Amino acid sequence: MLIKPTIIVGTGLAGYTLAREFRKLDKQSPITILTADDGSVYSKPILSNALAKGITANNIATSDANQMADQLNASILTKTDVTAINPQQNIIYTVNSDKTQQELQYSNLVLAVGADQIQLPLEGNASDETISVNDLADYAIFRKRIEGAKKIAIIGGGLIGCEFANDLCSSGLEVQVIERTKLPLLNLLPEAASETLHSALMQIGVEWHLLKSVTTISRNGSKFELSLSTTDSNETTVINEIDLVLSAVGLRPRTALTNACGIKANRGIVVDQYLRTNISNIYALGDCAEINGLVLPYVLPLMNSARALAKTLAKQETKVTYPAMPIVIKTPAHPVVILPPPPDLEGQWQSTNTDSGTRSLYIDKNNNMRGFALTGNATKERNALIKEIPTLLD
Amino acid sequence: MKKWQCLVCGFIYEETEGLPDEGIEAGTKWNDIPDDWACPDCGVSKSDFEMVDITDVA
Repeated sequence: MLIKPTIIVGTGLAGYTLAREFRKLDKQSPITILTADDGSVYSKPILSNALAKGITANNIATSDANQMADQLNASILTKTDVTAINPQQNIIYTVNSDKTQQELQYSNLVLAVGADQIQLPLEGNASDETISVNDLADYAIFRKRIEGAKKIAIIGGGLIGCEFANDLCSSGLEVQVIERTKLPLLNLLPEAASETLHSALMQIGVEWHLLKSVTTISRNGSKFELSLSTTDSNETTVINEIDLVLSAVGLRPRTALTNACGIKANRGIVVDQYLRTNISNIYALGDCAEINGLVLPYVLPLMNSARALAKTLAKQETKVTYPAMPIVIKTPAHPVVILPPPPDLEGQWQSTNTDSGTRSLYIDKNNNMRGFALTGNATKERNALIKEIPTLLD
Repeated sequence: MKKWQCLVCGFIYEETEGLPDEGIEAGTKWNDIPDDWACPDCGVSKSDFEMVDITDVA
Protein backbone atom coordinates (compact mmCIF):
# COMPACT_ATOMS: atom_id res chain seq x y z
CA MET A 1 0.00 0.00 0.00
CA LEU A 2 1.22 3.48 -0.85
CA ILE A 3 2.03 5.54 2.21
CA LYS A 4 0.20 8.83 2.19
CA PRO A 5 2.54 11.79 2.43
CA THR A 6 2.70 14.57 4.93
CA ILE A 7 1.55 17.56 2.89
CA ILE A 8 2.95 20.98 3.70
CA VAL A 9 1.19 23.95 2.14
CA GLY A 10 3.65 26.81 1.69
CA THR A 11 7.34 27.15 0.85
CA GLY A 12 8.12 30.18 2.96
CA LEU A 13 10.45 30.00 5.91
CA ALA A 14 7.82 28.01 7.86
CA GLY A 15 7.16 25.31 5.27
CA TYR A 16 10.77 24.75 4.26
CA THR A 17 12.11 24.87 7.82
CA LEU A 18 9.57 22.28 8.91
CA ALA A 19 10.52 19.99 6.02
CA ARG A 20 14.21 20.38 6.77
CA GLU A 21 13.78 19.72 10.49
CA PHE A 22 11.53 16.72 9.78
CA ARG A 23 14.13 15.22 7.44
CA LYS A 24 16.71 15.32 10.20
CA LEU A 25 14.48 12.93 12.15
CA ASP A 26 12.91 10.89 9.38
CA LYS A 27 14.77 10.31 6.11
CA GLN A 28 12.12 8.22 4.38
CA SER A 29 8.48 9.13 5.01
CA PRO A 30 7.10 10.92 1.96
CA ILE A 31 6.68 14.68 2.02
CA THR A 32 4.80 16.72 -0.55
CA ILE A 33 5.11 20.49 -0.47
CA LEU A 34 2.76 22.78 -2.33
CA THR A 35 3.36 26.40 -3.18
CA ALA A 36 1.43 29.09 -5.02
CA ASP A 37 4.71 30.63 -6.22
CA ASP A 38 7.82 29.09 -7.76
CA GLY A 39 9.19 27.60 -4.54
CA SER A 40 12.42 29.62 -4.45
CA VAL A 41 14.16 29.85 -1.10
CA TYR A 42 14.86 33.34 0.11
CA SER A 43 15.12 35.29 3.32
CA LYS A 44 12.03 37.44 3.67
CA PRO A 45 13.54 39.75 6.29
CA ILE A 46 16.20 40.79 3.77
CA LEU A 47 13.60 42.33 1.46
CA SER A 48 13.38 45.50 3.53
CA ASN A 49 17.17 45.80 3.73
CA ALA A 50 18.48 44.71 0.36
CA LEU A 51 18.64 47.99 -1.53
CA ALA A 52 21.26 49.79 0.57
CA LYS A 53 23.31 46.59 0.69
CA GLY A 54 23.40 46.52 -3.09
CA ILE A 55 21.55 43.20 -3.31
CA THR A 56 19.31 42.89 -6.38
CA ALA A 57 15.99 41.05 -6.55
CA ASN A 58 17.68 38.41 -8.72
CA ASN A 59 20.31 37.43 -6.18
CA ILE A 60 18.06 37.14 -3.12
CA ALA A 61 16.85 33.61 -3.90
CA THR A 62 19.42 31.01 -2.89
CA SER A 63 17.88 27.77 -4.19
CA ASP A 64 15.03 26.87 -6.51
CA ALA A 65 12.26 24.30 -6.08
CA ASN A 66 14.20 21.53 -7.89
CA GLN A 67 17.22 21.94 -5.67
CA MET A 68 14.98 21.91 -2.61
CA ALA A 69 13.15 18.79 -3.78
CA ASP A 70 16.52 17.02 -4.05
CA GLN A 71 17.83 18.33 -0.78
CA LEU A 72 14.66 17.47 1.16
CA ASN A 73 13.84 14.26 -0.67
CA ALA A 74 10.38 15.75 -1.18
CA SER A 75 7.97 16.28 -4.00
CA ILE A 76 7.37 19.99 -4.56
CA LEU A 77 4.40 21.19 -6.59
CA THR A 78 4.89 24.82 -7.64
CA LYS A 79 2.31 27.33 -8.92
CA THR A 80 -0.31 25.27 -7.15
CA ASP A 81 -3.19 26.58 -5.07
CA VAL A 82 -5.21 24.59 -2.57
CA THR A 83 -8.89 25.15 -3.30
CA ALA A 84 -10.48 23.03 -0.58
CA ILE A 85 -9.81 20.55 2.20
CA ASN A 86 -11.87 17.46 2.96
CA PRO A 87 -10.84 16.55 6.50
CA GLN A 88 -13.18 13.52 6.68
CA GLN A 89 -11.28 11.77 3.90
CA ASN A 90 -7.89 13.44 4.41
CA ILE A 91 -7.90 14.93 0.93
CA ILE A 92 -6.96 18.33 -0.40
CA TYR A 93 -8.03 19.68 -3.77
CA THR A 94 -5.58 21.71 -5.80
CA VAL A 95 -5.37 23.62 -9.04
CA ASN A 96 -2.17 24.70 -10.75
CA SER A 97 -1.37 27.48 -13.18
CA ASP A 98 -2.29 25.26 -16.16
CA LYS A 99 -5.74 24.85 -14.56
CA THR A 100 -4.98 21.19 -13.87
CA GLN A 101 -6.97 19.99 -10.88
CA GLN A 102 -5.76 17.33 -8.50
CA GLU A 103 -6.90 15.47 -5.42
CA LEU A 104 -4.13 14.65 -2.98
CA GLN A 105 -4.38 12.38 0.03
CA TYR A 106 -2.44 13.22 3.16
CA SER A 107 -1.47 11.53 6.37
CA ASN A 108 -0.82 14.86 8.04
CA LEU A 109 -1.58 18.29 6.61
CA VAL A 110 0.39 21.36 7.64
CA LEU A 111 -0.87 24.81 6.72
CA ALA A 112 2.11 27.15 6.46
CA VAL A 113 0.38 29.62 4.19
CA GLY A 114 1.63 32.87 5.70
CA ALA A 115 -0.09 36.21 5.93
CA ASP A 116 -1.34 38.90 3.58
CA GLN A 117 -0.42 42.55 3.74
CA ILE A 118 -3.45 44.49 4.89
CA GLN A 119 -4.79 46.77 2.17
CA LEU A 120 -6.46 49.93 3.42
CA PRO A 121 -9.66 51.03 1.73
CA LEU A 122 -8.62 54.25 -0.05
CA GLU A 123 -10.33 56.70 -2.38
CA GLY A 124 -9.05 58.18 -5.62
CA ASN A 125 -8.28 57.08 -9.17
CA ALA A 126 -4.93 55.58 -8.15
CA SER A 127 -5.98 53.94 -4.90
CA ASP A 128 -5.19 50.52 -6.36
CA GLU A 129 -1.72 51.52 -7.53
CA THR A 130 0.00 51.23 -4.16
CA ILE A 131 2.53 48.45 -3.88
CA SER A 132 3.09 46.06 -0.96
CA VAL A 133 6.12 43.84 -0.60
CA ASN A 134 5.11 40.52 0.87
CA ASP A 135 7.21 38.10 -1.15
CA LEU A 136 10.08 37.95 -3.58
CA ALA A 137 7.87 38.42 -6.65
CA ASP A 138 6.43 41.61 -5.13
CA TYR A 139 9.95 42.72 -4.37
CA ALA A 140 11.08 42.30 -7.97
CA ILE A 141 8.17 44.52 -9.07
CA PHE A 142 9.02 47.05 -6.38
CA ARG A 143 12.65 47.25 -7.52
CA LYS A 144 11.57 47.84 -11.11
CA ARG A 145 9.15 50.55 -10.03
CA ILE A 146 11.77 52.48 -8.05
CA GLU A 147 14.17 52.65 -10.99
CA GLY A 148 14.42 56.34 -11.76
CA ALA A 149 12.05 57.22 -8.90
CA LYS A 150 12.86 60.11 -6.57
CA LYS A 151 10.07 60.48 -4.07
CA ILE A 152 8.51 57.57 -2.21
CA ALA A 153 5.57 57.68 0.19
CA ILE A 154 5.28 54.86 2.72
CA ILE A 155 1.92 54.25 4.36
CA GLY A 156 2.54 52.90 7.85
CA GLY A 157 5.39 53.60 10.28
CA GLY A 158 5.52 50.12 11.76
CA LEU A 159 8.34 47.59 11.59
CA ILE A 160 8.31 47.10 7.83
CA GLY A 161 7.57 50.78 7.12
CA CYS A 162 10.54 51.91 9.24
CA GLU A 163 12.89 49.35 7.70
CA PHE A 164 11.95 50.34 4.17
CA ALA A 165 12.17 54.04 5.05
CA ASN A 166 15.73 53.52 6.27
CA ASP A 167 16.69 51.37 3.30
CA LEU A 168 15.25 53.72 0.67
CA CYS A 169 16.56 56.87 2.32
CA SER A 170 20.07 55.42 2.67
CA SER A 171 19.91 54.64 -1.03
CA GLY A 172 19.36 58.28 -1.92
CA LEU A 173 15.58 58.39 -2.31
CA GLU A 174 13.33 61.01 -0.71
CA VAL A 175 11.05 59.20 1.72
CA GLN A 176 7.89 60.38 3.45
CA VAL A 177 6.17 58.14 5.97
CA ILE A 178 2.51 58.53 6.89
CA GLU A 179 1.67 57.08 10.30
CA ARG A 180 -1.65 57.41 12.09
CA THR A 181 -0.24 57.32 15.62
CA LYS A 182 1.97 59.99 17.15
CA LEU A 183 5.25 58.08 16.77
CA PRO A 184 6.60 55.13 14.74
CA LEU A 185 6.27 51.55 15.98
CA LEU A 186 4.29 52.42 19.08
CA ASN A 187 2.58 49.01 18.96
CA LEU A 188 5.92 47.44 19.91
CA LEU A 189 8.06 50.16 21.42
CA PRO A 190 7.80 52.33 24.52
CA GLU A 191 7.64 56.02 23.78
CA ALA A 192 11.28 56.80 24.62
CA ALA A 193 12.58 54.19 22.17
CA SER A 194 10.08 55.24 19.55
CA GLU A 195 11.18 58.87 19.88
CA THR A 196 14.85 58.11 19.32
CA LEU A 197 14.05 55.95 16.29
CA HIS A 198 11.84 58.74 14.97
CA SER A 199 14.57 61.37 15.25
CA ALA A 200 17.34 59.08 13.96
CA LEU A 201 15.35 58.37 10.81
CA MET A 202 14.53 62.07 10.50
CA GLN A 203 18.24 62.82 10.65
CA ILE A 204 18.99 60.64 7.65
CA GLY A 205 16.24 62.49 5.79
CA VAL A 206 12.97 60.64 6.39
CA GLU A 207 10.05 63.08 6.45
CA TRP A 208 7.30 62.08 8.87
CA HIS A 209 3.56 62.76 8.65
CA LEU A 210 2.51 61.62 12.11
CA LEU A 211 -1.06 61.46 13.38
CA LYS A 212 -2.13 61.34 9.75
CA SER A 213 -3.95 58.83 7.56
CA VAL A 214 -4.06 58.60 3.78
CA THR A 215 -7.57 59.06 2.44
CA THR A 216 -7.07 59.55 -1.29
CA ILE A 217 -4.46 58.65 -3.88
CA SER A 218 -4.79 60.30 -7.29
CA ARG A 219 -2.67 60.15 -10.35
CA ASN A 220 -1.34 63.40 -11.75
CA GLY A 221 0.52 62.57 -14.97
CA SER A 222 3.26 60.16 -14.02
CA LYS A 223 3.14 61.20 -10.34
CA PHE A 224 0.84 60.51 -7.43
CA GLU A 225 -0.86 62.96 -5.13
CA LEU A 226 -1.92 61.85 -1.64
CA SER A 227 -4.48 63.53 0.60
CA LEU A 228 -3.95 62.98 4.29
CA SER A 229 -6.47 63.51 7.04
CA THR A 230 -5.37 64.37 10.55
CA THR A 231 -6.31 62.32 13.57
CA ASP A 232 -8.44 64.45 15.94
CA SER A 233 -8.90 67.42 13.61
CA ASN A 234 -10.38 68.40 10.28
CA GLU A 235 -7.10 69.50 8.80
CA THR A 236 -6.06 67.91 5.51
CA THR A 237 -2.60 67.85 3.98
CA VAL A 238 -1.66 67.11 0.40
CA ILE A 239 1.65 65.61 -0.62
CA ASN A 240 2.48 65.44 -4.29
CA GLU A 241 5.07 64.59 -6.93
CA ILE A 242 5.24 61.07 -5.46
CA ASP A 243 6.67 58.38 -7.75
CA LEU A 244 5.68 55.35 -5.72
CA VAL A 245 3.38 54.59 -2.79
CA LEU A 246 4.45 51.66 -0.64
CA SER A 247 1.78 50.31 1.69
CA ALA A 248 3.05 48.64 4.88
CA VAL A 249 0.25 48.76 7.41
CA GLY A 250 0.50 45.27 8.82
CA LEU A 251 -0.11 41.59 8.25
CA ARG A 252 -3.26 39.51 8.39
CA PRO A 253 -2.88 35.73 8.73
CA ARG A 254 -4.30 33.82 5.77
CA THR A 255 -7.26 31.85 7.05
CA ALA A 256 -9.43 31.66 3.91
CA LEU A 257 -9.02 27.89 3.47
CA THR A 258 -10.23 27.08 6.93
CA ASN A 259 -13.80 28.39 7.04
CA ALA A 260 -15.31 25.98 4.56
CA CYS A 261 -13.90 22.84 6.17
CA GLY A 262 -14.49 23.64 9.83
CA ILE A 263 -10.97 24.54 10.94
CA LYS A 264 -11.24 27.15 13.66
CA ALA A 265 -9.75 30.55 12.95
CA ASN A 266 -9.69 33.66 15.04
CA ARG A 267 -7.05 36.26 14.17
CA GLY A 268 -5.02 33.37 12.78
CA ILE A 269 -5.63 29.64 12.38
CA VAL A 270 -6.21 28.52 15.96
CA VAL A 271 -3.74 25.89 17.18
CA ASP A 272 -2.59 24.56 20.52
CA GLN A 273 0.98 24.24 21.74
CA TYR A 274 1.37 21.13 19.55
CA LEU A 275 0.43 23.28 16.53
CA ARG A 276 -2.77 21.18 16.19
CA THR A 277 -5.92 22.72 14.79
CA ASN A 278 -9.28 21.53 16.07
CA ILE A 279 -9.31 18.90 13.29
CA SER A 280 -7.16 15.83 13.66
CA ASN A 281 -4.07 15.51 11.46
CA ILE A 282 -4.25 19.17 10.46
CA TYR A 283 -1.64 21.58 11.82
CA ALA A 284 -0.78 25.23 11.24
CA LEU A 285 2.58 26.93 11.50
CA GLY A 286 4.19 30.33 11.03
CA ASP A 287 2.59 33.65 10.16
CA CYS A 288 -0.85 32.08 9.54
CA ALA A 289 -1.07 30.47 12.99
CA GLU A 290 -2.42 31.67 16.29
CA ILE A 291 -0.67 29.59 18.93
CA ASN A 292 -2.33 29.67 22.34
CA GLY A 293 -3.80 33.03 21.39
CA LEU A 294 -0.50 34.49 20.17
CA VAL A 295 0.04 35.65 16.60
CA LEU A 296 3.78 36.29 16.34
CA PRO A 297 4.83 36.81 12.74
CA TYR A 298 8.56 36.87 13.45
CA VAL A 299 11.48 34.58 12.69
CA LEU A 300 12.21 33.17 16.15
CA PRO A 301 8.69 31.98 17.09
CA LEU A 302 8.46 30.38 13.66
CA MET A 303 11.77 28.51 14.01
CA ASN A 304 10.82 27.24 17.46
CA SER A 305 7.42 26.11 16.21
CA ALA A 306 8.87 24.37 13.16
CA ARG A 307 11.31 22.38 15.28
CA ALA A 308 8.61 21.27 17.71
CA LEU A 309 6.19 20.30 14.95
CA ALA A 310 8.90 18.36 13.08
CA LYS A 311 9.35 16.21 16.18
CA THR A 312 5.61 15.72 16.61
CA LEU A 313 5.28 14.63 12.98
CA ALA A 314 8.17 12.23 13.49
CA LYS A 315 6.06 10.69 16.27
CA GLN A 316 7.83 12.36 19.19
CA GLU A 317 5.00 14.56 20.45
CA THR A 318 6.58 17.89 21.34
CA LYS A 319 5.02 21.07 22.67
CA VAL A 320 6.38 24.30 21.27
CA THR A 321 8.04 26.40 23.92
CA TYR A 322 9.02 29.99 23.46
CA PRO A 323 12.21 31.15 25.07
CA ALA A 324 12.81 34.90 25.26
CA MET A 325 12.59 35.86 21.61
CA PRO A 326 13.88 39.30 20.75
CA ILE A 327 12.71 41.05 17.61
CA VAL A 328 15.41 42.85 15.68
CA ILE A 329 14.35 45.91 13.75
CA LYS A 330 16.77 46.43 10.92
CA THR A 331 17.10 50.18 10.86
CA PRO A 332 20.88 50.67 10.51
CA ALA A 333 20.50 54.42 11.13
CA HIS A 334 19.41 53.50 14.65
CA PRO A 335 19.22 49.76 15.36
CA VAL A 336 16.44 48.52 17.63
CA VAL A 337 15.99 45.26 19.54
CA ILE A 338 12.84 44.62 21.45
CA LEU A 339 11.65 41.82 23.64
CA PRO A 340 7.95 42.51 24.08
CA PRO A 341 6.55 41.75 27.53
CA PRO A 342 3.84 39.06 27.64
CA PRO A 343 0.52 40.47 26.39
CA ASP A 344 -1.74 41.86 29.13
CA LEU A 345 1.01 41.73 31.75
CA GLU A 346 0.68 44.60 34.19
CA GLY A 347 3.76 46.72 34.56
CA GLN A 348 5.50 49.75 33.19
CA TRP A 349 8.35 50.83 30.99
CA GLN A 350 11.31 52.49 32.65
CA SER A 351 13.54 54.25 30.15
CA THR A 352 17.00 55.72 30.39
CA ASN A 353 19.23 57.31 27.77
CA THR A 354 22.56 55.74 26.88
CA ASP A 355 25.47 57.29 24.91
CA SER A 356 23.68 57.05 21.59
CA GLY A 357 20.43 55.29 22.27
CA THR A 358 17.89 54.28 24.88
CA ARG A 359 17.39 51.40 27.26
CA SER A 360 13.80 50.69 28.30
CA LEU A 361 12.97 47.89 30.70
CA TYR A 362 9.46 46.59 31.31
CA ILE A 363 9.07 46.05 35.05
CA ASP A 364 6.12 44.09 36.42
CA LYS A 365 4.45 44.75 39.76
CA ASN A 366 6.73 42.26 41.53
CA ASN A 367 9.66 44.35 40.33
CA ASN A 368 10.83 41.76 37.78
CA MET A 369 12.03 42.73 34.33
CA ARG A 370 9.71 41.09 31.77
CA GLY A 371 10.69 42.80 28.54
CA PHE A 372 13.03 45.34 27.05
CA ALA A 373 13.53 47.74 24.17
CA LEU A 374 17.05 48.77 23.27
CA THR A 375 18.05 51.30 20.65
CA GLY A 376 21.32 52.62 19.26
CA ASN A 377 24.39 51.50 21.21
CA ALA A 378 22.19 50.00 23.96
CA THR A 379 21.40 47.09 21.58
CA LYS A 380 24.73 45.60 22.68
CA GLU A 381 23.15 44.83 26.08
CA ARG A 382 20.69 42.42 24.53
CA ASN A 383 22.36 39.14 25.43
CA ALA A 384 23.04 40.15 29.00
CA LEU A 385 19.40 41.17 29.49
CA ILE A 386 17.89 38.10 27.82
CA LYS A 387 19.41 35.89 30.49
CA GLU A 388 17.30 37.66 33.12
CA ILE A 389 13.97 37.15 31.33
CA PRO A 390 11.63 34.20 31.96
CA THR A 391 10.15 32.27 29.02
CA LEU A 392 6.99 33.43 27.31
CA LEU A 393 5.38 30.05 26.71
CA ASP A 394 6.52 26.93 28.52
CA MET B 1 38.17 40.05 6.69
CA LYS B 2 34.78 39.05 5.37
CA LYS B 3 31.12 39.72 6.05
CA TRP B 4 28.63 36.89 6.15
CA GLN B 5 24.85 36.98 6.04
CA CYS B 6 22.43 34.46 7.52
CA LEU B 7 20.25 33.02 4.79
CA VAL B 8 17.25 32.78 7.07
CA CYS B 9 17.01 36.15 8.71
CA GLY B 10 19.55 38.44 7.11
CA PHE B 11 21.75 38.77 10.20
CA ILE B 12 25.22 39.99 9.25
CA TYR B 13 28.38 38.66 10.86
CA GLU B 14 31.41 40.85 10.34
CA GLU B 15 34.67 39.08 10.97
CA THR B 16 36.42 42.34 11.81
CA GLU B 17 33.95 43.03 14.60
CA GLY B 18 33.26 39.52 15.85
CA LEU B 19 30.52 39.18 18.47
CA PRO B 20 32.27 40.16 21.70
CA ASP B 21 28.96 39.94 23.61
CA GLU B 22 28.81 36.24 22.77
CA GLY B 23 32.45 35.57 23.50
CA ILE B 24 33.52 35.68 19.85
CA GLU B 25 36.48 37.99 19.60
CA ALA B 26 36.86 40.65 16.97
CA GLY B 27 38.72 39.20 14.01
CA THR B 28 37.32 35.66 14.38
CA LYS B 29 36.94 34.06 10.97
CA TRP B 30 33.63 32.41 10.12
CA ASN B 31 35.45 29.10 9.79
CA ASP B 32 36.72 29.37 13.33
CA ILE B 33 33.31 29.86 14.93
CA PRO B 34 32.26 26.68 16.75
CA ASP B 35 29.67 24.44 15.08
CA ASP B 36 27.25 24.78 17.98
CA TRP B 37 27.04 28.53 17.47
CA ALA B 38 23.57 29.77 16.57
CA CYS B 39 22.56 32.92 14.74
CA PRO B 40 21.65 35.44 17.44
CA ASP B 41 18.66 36.72 15.48
CA CYS B 42 16.95 33.55 14.32
CA GLY B 43 18.58 30.73 16.25
CA VAL B 44 19.58 28.57 13.28
CA SER B 45 22.78 26.68 13.88
CA LYS B 46 25.96 27.11 11.91
CA SER B 47 25.67 23.62 10.45
CA ASP B 48 22.05 24.11 9.35
CA PHE B 49 22.53 27.16 7.27
CA GLU B 50 25.59 28.25 5.46
CA MET B 51 26.12 31.92 5.78
CA VAL B 52 26.62 33.59 2.41
CA ASP B 53 29.65 35.70 1.78
CA ILE B 54 28.42 39.22 1.06
CA THR B 55 31.80 40.91 1.24
CA ASP B 56 31.66 41.96 -2.39
CA VAL B 57 28.20 43.42 -2.42
CA ALA B 58 28.15 45.12 0.95
